[in-house]
Amino acid sequence: MTVRVLFFAYLRERCGVREIACELPEGATVDDVWRTLLARYDRLPPEAPRFAVNRLYVDKAHPLHDNDELALIPPVSGGL
Amino acid sequence: MAKSSFRVVQDEIDTQALLAEVGAPGAGGTTLFVGTTRDENEGRVIERLEYEVYEAMAVDEMRRIGDEIRRRWDVVAVSMVHRVGVVPIGNASVAVAVSAAHRDEAFAACRYGIDTLKATVPIWKKEYYRGGEHWVGPCHAHAASGRG
Repeated sequence: MTVRVLFFAYLRERCGVREIACELPEGATVDDVWRTLLARYDRLPPEAPRFAVNRLYVDKAHPLHDNDELALIPPVSGGL
Repeated sequence: MAKSSFRVVQDEIDTQALLAEVGAPGAGGTTLFVGTTRDENEGRVIERLEYEVYEAMAVDEMRRIGDEIRRRWDVVAVSMVHRVGVVPIGNASVAVAVSAAHRDEAFAACRYGIDTLKATVPIWKKEYYRGGEHWVGPCHAHAASGRG
């Protein structure tokens, strides 16, 4: 299955990428993607950000499905 | 007729339009919170501020906050708007308006609205100051400024 992974703010700048497609085995979780990313991007900080799948916050154990949109959400700082 | 709305905009926030939108004959009290960009943070003189957004989720998340407000308080309407891109110093970056029959609900719901927005809506602020730049929030983001 394929999952779109979105990078924002300092994670986007650090990894130099806005969006990638990730090929995963069936049954993969958010945590599996996170480990893959840690291996691929050495400038990724080891502490996990928050994750959202299809625009909803989820935890790392969340199971993924084909065509899901997984966003890495670094600490937010909207407002004033 | 009162209307709730949840938006991300690139241009100036029209607070009068926001107030008009949530207004209704049954709304005796309306609160409007406006957040404005400051020229100073932690001793740094800020020259420019820029906001990045995950727009689809930001709008969904604001709508969820609006739904939660309706569950908790007896309000007439809730509107939230966040400006993104470059926001000049001293301009509104965010506004929350809540109308209710009475002021207690309007104050409490508006406070909850802005506090929750700042904690959960996927928007990120970057400060540009003399000698560097900095994503606000995580301490390790300082490294992005070239200082760490």
